Amino acid sequence: MQFFIEVLIGGLLSGVMYALVALGFVLIYKASGVFNFAQGAMVFFAALSFVGFQEVLPARFGMEAGSAAVFWLSFLLAFATMVVLGIATERIVLRPLVNQPPITLFMATIGLTYVVEGLAQMTWGANVRGLELGIMDEPIGWLMDDYGIGVSKFDLFAAGVAASLVALLAALFQYTKVGRALRAVADDHQAALSIGIPLQTIWRVVWAVAGFVALVAGMIWGARNGVQFALTFTALKALPVLILGGFTSVPGAIVGGLIIGASEKLAEVYVGPLVGGGIEGWFPYMLALAFLLVRPEGLFGERHIDRV
Amino acid sequence: MKLKHSALLGTALAGLLASSIAGAVEEQFIGLPSYRVGPYAAGGSGVFGGWIDYMQLINERDGGINGVRLTWEECETEYNNARGVECYERLKKKGSTGNTVFQPVSTGITYSVLDKAAQDKIPVVTIGYGRTDAADGRVFPWVFPLITTYWSQASAIVNFIGAKEGGMDKLKGKKIGLLYHDSAYGKESHAILDKLAAKHGFELTKIAVAHPGNEQQSQWLQLRQLKPDYVILWGWGVMNPTALKAAAKVGYPREKMVGVWWSGAEEDTVPAGPAAKGFTAAGFNVAGANYPVVADIKKFVYGKGKGNMEDKARIGSVYYNRGVVHGLITVEAIRKAQEKYGKGKALTGEQVRWGFENLNLDEARLRALGATGFLPPLKISCADHEGPGVVKFQQWDGNQWKVISDWVESDRPLVRGMIEESAAAYAKEKGIKPRDCSKEG
Repeated sequence: MQFFIEVLIGGLLSGVMYALVALGFVLIYKASGVFNFAQGAMVFFAALSFVGFQEVLPARFGMEAGSAAVFWLSFLLAFATMVVLGIATERIVLRPLVNQPPITLFMATIGLTYVVEGLAQMTWGANVRGLELGIMDEPIGWLMDDYGIGVSKFDLFAAGVAASLVALLAALFQYTKVGRALRAVADDHQAALSIGIPLQTIWRVVWAVAGFVALVAGMIWGARNGVQFALTFTALKALPVLILGGFTSVPGAIVGGLIIGASEKLAEVYVGPLVGGGIEGWFPYMLALAFLLVRPEGLFGERHIDRV
Repeated sequence: MKLKHSALLGTALAGLLASSIAGAVEEQFIGLPSYRVGPYAAGGSGVFGGWIDYMQLINERDGGINGVRLTWEECETEYNNARGVECYERLKKKGSTGNTVFQPVSTGITYSVLDKAAQDKIPVVTIGYGRTDAADGRVFPWVFPLITTYWSQASAIVNFIGAKEGGMDKLKGKKIGLLYHDSAYGKESHAILDKLAAKHGFELTKIAVAHPGNEQQSQWLQLRQLKPDYVILWGWGVMNPTALKAAAKVGYPREKMVGVWWSGAEEDTVPAGPAAKGFTAAGFNVAGANYPVVADIKKFVYGKGKGNMEDKARIGSVYYNRGVVHGLITVEAIRKAQEKYGKGKALTGEQVRWGFENLNLDEARLRALGATGFLPPLKISCADHEGPGVVKFQQWDGNQWKVISDWVESDRPLVRGMIEESAAAYAKEKGIKPRDCSKEG
């Protein structure tokens, strides 16, 4: 039982990490109806920019390496980079495609993925970097000593960050004028334009916020596994989360993440050995597929009704 | 007058032609299917950087191989099979004699070009990857998995663990966990490790990690329950630092983890930070810039501003030195082939294939090349396209790799027996008649 609980808690906390990436997808889909295929590449670019600035600031400007000043300035510069990327995406990719079918916008983001991946390596090089956030990825002592259950301090920190982000984004969507405008744009571009909502500004805002979410997700995943191209693969973990939680729901991303994280770990441990192991790569997709048959809009997604 | 003028012009032209022929420099072309962008760019930029630097060294310091200057062209594969095949086709007819040798540093691309290369008479050299049974040169005359193969490596790792325990007999009853990348590459070790487990009496538990391996919580919880005496890490890419961090998280000692050569580079340990300290990995080349061959590269190549590496701190890293090994072996095979087909001449791929098959880098030759201990002595023959099948072990001290063993051998009779068995099955399936090596010159 103790082992089961440990696997379950570990899975839930992993699920939060997936949800962090899924949030970026939800944000852009909710506000613009675009499934942003480039979200994984944005996570990579954001994290790489952060560690890149951490290297450049001490080397070029004589700042003290590893200092808080370098950390926060790097964070701000990386965020500014993501804002510029967001604005450029709106100007170059999205603006010419206003009122085009969603599949066109989706295809454009596939192209954007390659551009962002190439841009990241061209700007900062292909070297693999480490990233320390000052929180050790080790078990909490008393839980381990008293109950024999290993719960990572780092995973708990990531869960806290994700919870804060969700609260922040939920408040943004529900209680601010910008948030209401974002939802209006998501419903219908033309209708939103006709009542005076500045579509271009809204898109810039939403891509900048998605850039911020990508930066946070990139830093958490980068601290865990290193800042390297594989960060783009985190998007693969987010997809079943989105299917389960719904593409338009911020809380759905979290709940979806928890379900996917817990179920894939339990499946790997208890079912994996029966079928040769290594099933957590595809198991979440099977689960999401099964879920689609019952509830196509996801747990918290908006039900789509068409007049026929 | 007109006649005199024409005669003068003709003489001048003939002189010009003669002088250009006399001054013509032979060139040997080497196509490089590199990957400097995409998911595996970190490794690719190191390997191909070191490789190009070594060839540049031969041109700058020695004026080429017996006067034949090396030329090369990179073709970006992004580690993608389709692009690899495209690069193979694009490069194969370049240079005066065509591409000398194809070394894709990718098992997938290797498999894709094996048949084509044999038809085009271009040797395929796969150092540390590719088909293990291609070490049987009687069945695979055009393929050279040089120095060592995955099977030899697995066996050498078990021998290393046995030595740590105080003898192979001490392995009886021990538990060894194999944490492997769930792919053909990761499963390549299963057959040999099963045989070794049966032979030495240790308990082998295989645990798969789904690609890309950036989540390993459940695997390490399983390993914590199992309490293995050692864990062999058969990883790739992000799976390696993730494994080291996850091991630290469950309190498994990194000193008890032994990685393969695709788990044992700075790119695998640096991202894991302090969690990597104490981790040991196998390698058919070692890290370090304090070898005369690397010092010469710094002096003759970087000293003239012709170095390939943007980040000079990576000179002497595991991947960089692996590239130098690729360059060194290629150059020595061409040199050997020139002994038979003519010194100072550009050679065809078919002629260079002979050079690979008769390569003999003994201790004396390695010393002359400034590479003693950098790679193992290597002797290739018609039947044996692998060579020594040995590895050294290096341990990460938190900042760099430190060599902690001499060259460790594999269970040669067992490995070679498996290679021959597998190659014979392949030959039967494909209708290939193995070469009679006694008739090869």
